[in-house]
Amino acid sequence: MRIAFIADLHANREAGEACLAALSRAGHDRLVLLGDLVGYGADPEWAVEACARLIDDGAIAVLGNHDAAVAAPGGGTDSGTRNPMAEAAIVWSRGRLDDAQRRWLAALPLQVEEEDRLYVHANAWAPGEWGYVANALAASRSLAATAQRVTFCGHVHPPGLYHSMPDGPARAFTPVPGQAIPLLRSRRWLALPGSAGQPRDGNPAACCALYDTDTLAMTWLRVPYDHHAAAEKIRRAGLPDALAARLAEGR
Amino acid sequence: MPVALRPGMQIGGFTLVTPLHEGGMATLWKVSHPQQTLPLLMKLARVGYGEAPTQIVGFEVERMILPRLAGPHVPRFVAAGDHEDQPWLVMEHVPGETLRPLLDRAPLPPAVVADLGARIADAIHALHRQDVVHLDIKPSNLLLREGDAEGRIVLIDFGLSRHAALPDLIAEEFRIPIGTAPYMAPEQVLGQRDEPRSDLFALGVTLYHLATGERPFGNPVGAAGLRRRLYRDPMPPRALRPDIPRWLQEVILHGLEVDPDARPATAAQLAHSLRHPEQVALTERADRAHRDGRLTVMRRWWRNLGRDLMPGHAAGEHLRQAPLLMVAVDLKHADAALCAELRATTTRIAAMFPQSRVACVTVMRTARVALDSNLDAQGRNRHVKRLIALRDWVRPLGLAPERISVHVLEHNEPAVALLDYARNNGVDHLIMGARGITGMRRLLGSVSARVVAEAPCTVTVVRATAREGDAGDAGE
Repeated sequence: MRIAFIADLHANREAGEACLAALSRAGHDRLVLLGDLVGYGADPEWAVEACARLIDDGAIAVLGNHDAAVAAPGGGTDSGTRNPMAEAAIVWSRGRLDDAQRRWLAALPLQVEEEDRLYVHANAWAPGEWGYVANALAASRSLAATAQRVTFCGHVHPPGLYHSMPDGPARAFTPVPGQAIPLLRSRRWLALPGSAGQPRDGNPAACCALYDTDTLAMTWLRVPYDHHAAAEKIRRAGLPDALAARLAEGR
Repeated sequence: MPVALRPGMQIGGFTLVTPLHEGGMATLWKVSHPQQTLPLLMKLARVGYGEAPTQIVGFEVERMILPRLAGPHVPRFVAAGDHEDQPWLVMEHVPGETLRPLLDRAPLPPAVVADLGARIADAIHALHRQDVVHLDIKPSNLLLREGDAEGRIVLIDFGLSRHAALPDLIAEEFRIPIGTAPYMAPEQVLGQRDEPRSDLFALGVTLYHLATGERPFGNPVGAAGLRRRLYRDPMPPRALRPDIPRWLQEVILHGLEVDPDARPATAAQLAHSLRHPEQVALTERADRAHRDGRLTVMRRWWRNLGRDLMPGHAAGEHLRQAPLLMVAVDLKHADAALCAELRATTTRIAAMFPQSRVACVTVMRTARVALDSNLDAQGRNRHVKRLIALRDWVRPLGLAPERISVHVLEHNEPAVALLDYARNNGVDHLIMGARGITGMRRLLGSVSARVVAEAPCTVTVVRATAREGDAGDAGE
């Protein structure tokens, strides 16, 4: 089975559609949305409606901290630490969604387990507290908190990969786009597809990934998309200009 | 629990036929498959009770890298999987023997050593092009493919290798340098695993052993013994075997330089030297008669005390920085403007890549058959004259002698000769001039057009910028 991953879409319709088209061309049997469908971007209604349709067609989605915060005031327990720019986008997005859409967001599960895989937005040790897997130490902590062999998560925006021997510490690797890496069964893995809607590694192209459960090959993709259009919508919506500008820089 | 293996057992659709080898990290079985006609080999990692988890790392590395490799210099990957907790890997069973038995017959004649060395270097270059450093080049990992008319070498065992686009499991699991003691490059001893020229050092050790019958650095045990090669130079090969030609000592010691930057830049450049002994630029290395004195060694030892790692290179990227350039020179129809342009372009490209080497080639047309010995002598005379003319042609380029070589090819079809040379020498970039459109060219077809169409590498076709009034060329 080929599984496609989109993480941290952040209501970026242009990036989302480009990723979905690229993943369809590559071919996949299942789609997993790794949370933060909304927040930052100018198309929250589209994000919710499109993702709801994808779930009807068999996709899996998990809840992200932005989704929880948009769904209900105080819904994201990280609200105290959130920067004003993110807060502004969350308040704006909440206003754009109706009750049904907010309820749909709130009902997303925190994590989903499937065979030897875990899908979760932030980490496995406390999925609802939104701690970041930002380094090998955090990856070790997350891997220790789940029995699943492979964890797929988002929250951290640059693409990444951590791996460990069954009881060893996790090691970090930066995947090269388009170069498949076999997630060998003799090891445990934590894979970060990277953000689709808000890339932050200096490359504005959207991130997504594919995993083949038969060959164990995980492939990271970079999809160039019309980030000018996405930025223009953010400006027109009256959201902070920095949210628009960073799309062109991939920062 | 490790799986008990026995003939007839089915693993991943393959049938175990006979056990071939019981190694430290893996077990080898000859296997068969109803849909496969290739002779097949299954490698099974040794896992289970009593095995350190690190045992499996080499196996994991090979399983990650082998499926990514292609070409005649590696065994073909067939399949991989896990049988219960037992990981396995199936690849082509390459028929033939390794070079290991040759060591018992060493010293071998210099010509044999050079020929083998060039073929090994071809295989290493093919691997580096795929972004992989082998890091365990030694005779027992070099296989002579049986029945191969081209005598190609197949590299085996990628358990210590490093792929630039894959996680380096070895570096992450082991804190000590990993490799085979006699062959390890100094930087590998220090723990560096991303230097493609480490494989050239190991090739240098192999050639030294084949040519002299001795190991240049012995077979040391322990970290201090391994580090010795950072400051202690080996006995010059000619001090052991005076019949070794100076050029071969030059090539071997060049490969054994402690600093990777002082070695040949690429395996292709090393192969080129081994195939063109007369073109090897001899340095002090060729004449070295004994090892360095105690004072020099002490000084080097002192300098190397705190020596640390240098940043390495992804193999493929390193190769792009050190291309083998080929310049095709037409001595017969020398047009001054075109000639100047060809030199200027060559100078520019050579300057862009300071580690590049430039092979200047001209083709001398020959009659199809030359039975007459008189004609033969005449031919030799013409050949030498062309060589002199070619040396004169390259002189204004002002390149260091070790970066440039000149070659006169004899052929009745210049395009074929140039293409063969480019293919056989792993040329990365061919530079040649295009002549104006003449009635003659129309009749025979253009050499450069054919080379562009069929070349295995990048081709730059140089034209002298057309001046006012030159249009007659095209309108002829």
